[in-house]
Amino acid sequence: MAGKAQVDPPGGYEAAANAQRLHRNWLLSLPAIVLLLIGASGPLLIVLVYSFLHPGDYGGVIWKPTLDAWFKIFFSVDIFDETVHLADAHLSIFWRSVKLSLLTTLITFGFGFPTAYFIATRPKSQRAAWLFLITIPFWTNLLIRTFAIMEVIRNEGIINTWAIRLGLIDQPIQMLYTEGAVLLGMAYVYLPLMVLPLYAAIDRFDFHLLEAGYDLYASRWQVFRRIVLPLVSPGIVAGSILVFVPSLGAYVTPRVLGGGKKMMIGNFIELQFGQGQNWPLGASLSMLLLIVVAVALLVYVRTISRDRADA
Amino acid sequence: MQIRKMALAGAALLALATSANAEGELNIYNWGNYTSPELIKKFEETYNVKVTITDYDSNTTALTKIEAGGHGFDIVVPSANYVPIFVDKGLLMESRPDQMENFKNVSARWRDVPWDPGRHFTVPWQWGSTGMAVNKTAYAGDPNTSAIFLDPPAELVGKVNVVPEMNDIMGLAIMYFGGEPCTEDKAVLKKVRDQLMAAKPKWLSIGYGTTDKLSNNEMMASVNWNGSTFRARLANPNVVYGYPKEGYVMWMDSVAILKDAKNVENAKLFMNFIMDPENAAMISAFARYANGIDGSEAFMPEDMKTAPEINVPAEFADKGKFLPTCSPAARELYTAIWTELQK
Repeated sequence: MAGKAQVDPPGGYEAAANAQRLHRNWLLSLPAIVLLLIGASGPLLIVLVYSFLHPGDYGGVIWKPTLDAWFKIFFSVDIFDETVHLADAHLSIFWRSVKLSLLTTLITFGFGFPTAYFIATRPKSQRAAWLFLITIPFWTNLLIRTFAIMEVIRNEGIINTWAIRLGLIDQPIQMLYTEGAVLLGMAYVYLPLMVLPLYAAIDRFDFHLLEAGYDLYASRWQVFRRIVLPLVSPGIVAGSILVFVPSLGAYVTPRVLGGGKKMMIGNFIELQFGQGQNWPLGASLSMLLLIVVAVALLVYVRTISRDRADA
Repeated sequence: MQIRKMALAGAALLALATSANAEGELNIYNWGNYTSPELIKKFEETYNVKVTITDYDSNTTALTKIEAGGHGFDIVVPSANYVPIFVDKGLLMESRPDQMENFKNVSARWRDVPWDPGRHFTVPWQWGSTGMAVNKTAYAGDPNTSAIFLDPPAELVGKVNVVPEMNDIMGLAIMYFGGEPCTEDKAVLKKVRDQLMAAKPKWLSIGYGTTDKLSNNEMMASVNWNGSTFRARLANPNVVYGYPKEGYVMWMDSVAILKDAKNVENAKLFMNFIMDPENAAMISAFARYANGIDGSEAFMPEDMKTAPEINVPAEFADKGKFLPTCSPAARELYTAIWTELQK
């Protein structure tokens, strides 16, 4: 048996070393993998399982499988005439969430791109200071920032008070409790998440390419569209994902600034786990949200990478 | 049974005898902004116990967290319609507060209550009503009707808030149409749904924070709790409280010991402590609700003794109804209406 150690390993020493390295790398990443499995996949699995069970009488679940919760997302039995129809209440809540999240992404891009461009074109010594300014809002809790916005736009808030004092208006304008207020709040809260990846992409951008473009008689728009956008697209993708995904699940902002008259998907899920006490429906809604996000991301990343391959 | 009673009495005596030295901790799980710091300080100093308070914002939050286990709480303060759920799920200890020394102070009307017959599990913390808060500079008419939010008068259109408490709102709307809270009667519910849907465009918002927003004229009317309206009136004298004559919602939050409590003796001391009139008055002085302990009025702040929000006027005394624990079927109907309302 001892002689066996003398025999060359199959595939030679190099392959053996590679295999060993691979083995070691796996071992090194094991804690992270275990943590992910337990911390991320575990709870998700519970949510998934719960979405196929019956709701308990007062919260919780009854361990009997059913597709009820999934059915109820899309179809509702009218509580009065008992006809089955599309669950328009659920669908309009979903649509509102998607719409507001897309708009938030667009707005943060509109404000974020010039900001990131500005920072990336400052002298190197100043950039850190500008980036530092961008991160300052993160020092404050989300809830407090949301209430700060409320203070600015409410009827007796800063804007209305001053507008009346300056004689611009005589009645306060109702800004709080509108979809516009929700949009403002979300754009404000998520703007840094757009600026930072955009900055990272623009920072790597070689500005000599701009000169080359102009030398070849490209217009400013053409330079932007054909040179800048494709090269910073990884930053745009990353920023959009970072803004769109949390916007879709936003809970605090619609509740505080939206006045609660119109729910977003996050509030709707909370209702099922809270006063509605229908955990399976809440679980299936959460899973659906996850699926929508995953599919949207896949499509998005695919499209962008194909665009780049074409370019 | 007799032996158990004697053992209990013995334990109570022992607890009393050593009370000044009873050391340890007590973990209270209560609604936010609801526990008087002075009361806690007095309890800590009297019994040399370190009290920790954790907040929750709804009965369902409390129920879910306690059911999940590992919470470390000794005391919880559920609302009347949730006490039977807690008991049915076996989460509460049968601590027999009815046999405690200070139980004699509990008002006769709160001694034998439907949600805890004979008070084997809970003692009163605070009780109140859900009615209407109206700023009389905006609307000078009668505030004693649920029409304030179900059919807002022209002066209040776009200025009414509704608190996002499904059971309270459904209860008020159902009583407005002559039904019983928790009804499954579809004829009544259809009227309720249609009325709510028609009224919603006339609302300002569906949210909490009513005390502040009524105080600073941010909202001119709201479905609101009596104590919150009282606090708003102290800040803004134009705010009045209305008891809907069609029927208003009454509630009581009660203190209970959890079955898996670690500091049972301290929790029992606390139960007995808050049934003392002077201590109960401290609870009320802080959160501005009535407490259900006879004789506590004498220790209450002057402004509470006459407050119409706390002392129900005689003509509305029989219009209030406690929300029972709704059946799962009723709750499913209500959730569907509630969702449609906020779609």
